[in-house]
Amino acid sequence: MVTIGRRSTLLGITAALSFGSCKLAFAEAETEKRFVVVILRGALDGIAAIVPHGDPNLDALRGKLIPPPQGPDALLDMGGFYGMHPALAGMHSLYSAGECLPVHAVAGSYRTRSHFDAQDYLECGADRRLDTGWLNRAVGCLKPRKTPAGDALALGVGIPLLLRGPAMVDSYAPDTAERPQPELYARIAALNAPDGLTGKAVAEGLRGRDFSAATLGDSHNPTAGSADAFARFAAAAGKLLAAPEGPRIAALELGGWDTHADQADRLKAPLKQLDAGLMALKQNLGDRWADTLVLVMTEFGRTVRINGTAGTDHGTATVAFLLGGKVKGGRVAGTWPGLAQNALFENRDLMPTTEFRSVAKGALVGHLGLDAHALNVVFPGTMAVSPMEGLLRA
Amino acid sequence: MDALTAQALIRFGLGRRSAEALPTDPYGWLAAQVTGPDPAQFPPNLPSTADGLTLLREQNKLKEPLTQPALQADLHAQTAELITTAAPFRERLVWFWANHFTVSVKQGATSAVAGPFVREAIRPHVTGPFFEMLLAVMRHPAMLMYLDNINSVGPNSPAGLRGKRGLNENLARECLELHTLSPAAKYTQADVTSLAAIITGWSVELNALQPGFVFRADAHEPGAKTLLGRPFPPGDAGGILALDFLAHHPATYRHLATKLVRHFVADTPPPQAVTAIEARLHETNGDLGEAALALIKLPQAWSALTKFRTPFDYSVACVRLLDMPVDKASPVPGALNTMAQPVWGAPLPNGWPDSAESWSAPEAMMRRIDWAYGISAHLAEHDPLELADAGLGPNLRAATLAAMHGAGSRRDAMTLLLTSPEFFRR
Repeated sequence: MVTIGRRSTLLGITAALSFGSCKLAFAEAETEKRFVVVILRGALDGIAAIVPHGDPNLDALRGKLIPPPQGPDALLDMGGFYGMHPALAGMHSLYSAGECLPVHAVAGSYRTRSHFDAQDYLECGADRRLDTGWLNRAVGCLKPRKTPAGDALALGVGIPLLLRGPAMVDSYAPDTAERPQPELYARIAALNAPDGLTGKAVAEGLRGRDFSAATLGDSHNPTAGSADAFARFAAAAGKLLAAPEGPRIAALELGGWDTHADQADRLKAPLKQLDAGLMALKQNLGDRWADTLVLVMTEFGRTVRINGTAGTDHGTATVAFLLGGKVKGGRVAGTWPGLAQNALFENRDLMPTTEFRSVAKGALVGHLGLDAHALNVVFPGTMAVSPMEGLLRA
Repeated sequence: MDALTAQALIRFGLGRRSAEALPTDPYGWLAAQVTGPDPAQFPPNLPSTADGLTLLREQNKLKEPLTQPALQADLHAQTAELITTAAPFRERLVWFWANHFTVSVKQGATSAVAGPFVREAIRPHVTGPFFEMLLAVMRHPAMLMYLDNINSVGPNSPAGLRGKRGLNENLARECLELHTLSPAAKYTQADVTSLAAIITGWSVELNALQPGFVFRADAHEPGAKTLLGRPFPPGDAGGILALDFLAHHPATYRHLATKLVRHFVADTPPPQAVTAIEARLHETNGDLGEAALALIKLPQAWSALTKFRTPFDYSVACVRLLDMPVDKASPVPGALNTMAQPVWGAPLPNGWPDSAESWSAPEAMMRRIDWAYGISAHLAEHDPLELADAGLGPNLRAATLAAMHGAGSRRDAMTLLLTSPEFFRR
């Protein structure tokens, strides 16, 4: 893997053709299509983001963590069984316009509950650890464009495993100070709490930034987390993807989802940031939004029951999102397995009914026009996993 | 990594680079850095003091920014050395003594020669006689400009009698208070004035082909002067003799020993440790190399993690552990601006403080944490758990390891490592 410097790629540096094993089977891919993958690191609780309030078992399991039915903090209406977390106002407007398609209940084929391992599997897309990512392999299957820019862009300082591999990838990190999410601040505070010197100083520092002493995660205050950073990264991605000479594939990352405690409070900031970022991405894509597909994915979900610290622990199935100008949205795809005890996975997690690679394949086929051979390069050994259909309008 | 090796790398050194081989003999490894030559090799195009002064002169004439690029080059080169050095104990001593003899780039003229000052007046002397360093510093244009000695005129000198200007005591005062005796020696105001008079004429000639130190006889206060009861002759030589006297004064040895022990042992220097270093300085006529060797023999210096890392210690340790490349740019100057310890930018001549309470205020901690999160993005393909073991060894606490295992991402895990109480310390 070679990385070219930053935006200088747009200024005419010749990019070598990728030489993945797709060379002889280039899809006649539409070069105007843009594809963005957003990795949510830390296991987003799908049930809290797209709430199955029509499920009769939900209240008993999650009553305390569900937003109220009315008022400014109420769930956003999705027309029936589901409601959207109120922090996702922008995504909700896209949903109402038919441009947002949540998929419930999605999981990878792996069953590890380790963040690091699961993220690796999510990104390499195989049943064993690879050093390359499925998105990089997908880039290798696209018809090389005649423009000199690299075809793919990672937003951030490093290139995630998702985009590592033989295909040329650029990386770009706008000069924006990123800050830990409330969840991480809370853990740093806890780690230092026993220390006579740093414990008090960190706790006081967080208080000085308007974190409430009780929850250390009160995200009503906009100073929580890196409110700007993800939106700026996403905005930069939108601008660069929109440029005729710019990349066509991009990857973004956002953390802060590992809400083992005080979930109701600590989930708000990352959800708001995700929402703001996706809207910034759309805005900066401009007219190209109609040619763009965004896939938002996380490594696994969380337990259906609340734990002893008003949070949830590592689970299995969760939600994934597809967004874009041609997405056949305004509904929730997938099959809801139910929350009855005998419907749960290992009596603790939401049961997966869709494999995430089915969603990814559906995106690659429907949006980028990859054929069966290409899909096998991108997701080796997954002939049994069919691409999800009907994700996009004609 | 055993406890002794960890202490050598972390307390005396600058923190371990992740791929750095462990020394088999920690004491020997440290001693060799003191007794051996300075291995640092800086780019040949860094400005000398004369070059810096030339740039300053031309900048004043042409009203164009000429000194900034040179300063940036020096900042990069000297902070990059901290990351790549094979002699981190020696490097730590360089920065210790540069802080002892603080000059500030906040002052425009000084910024032209601050980098050369460290390379020419400090570096060559960190393992030699203190007198040599003191003399080089007191005659260096950076110090003479920073503390206004270039504007000091003896009242009875030819220039003084022409009514131009008078004594400026700034450098003399700081020399006695900060660089040598310290107030514990109970020198008087008369002593300050005397020393100021002794070093009148020590100035800078900007308009020569090779700008640099010049002794301006016509600004020099005539006659003998008395300093702490001793007579010193007039002329340039009087100043050299006075510095020789101050460098070898028992109060100076005590002062230097106290600062060294505070830096390498604890914020409250244990009296026995101070006495040991003071005695060694006395025995060796102020040999800083011998003092450094005595430091590593102090039993008190080998108890772990009693010092809180300053932003300097902290940012260098993080960048070293992440093995970040520094050939094109060094993240250290930016980090130190963020954490309010800008390189060569101390607000006062007494330099940066060396105690925990100066660096652990709530907002300072938040800045440190935010910076650590930012730098953790440079994890690349390292495994944070391996870095924890490599960087901390026996100092890694179970709670930190557990927190890292449970982190939501590898970057979060790296952040937790860097913001653990044990990583905040040396």
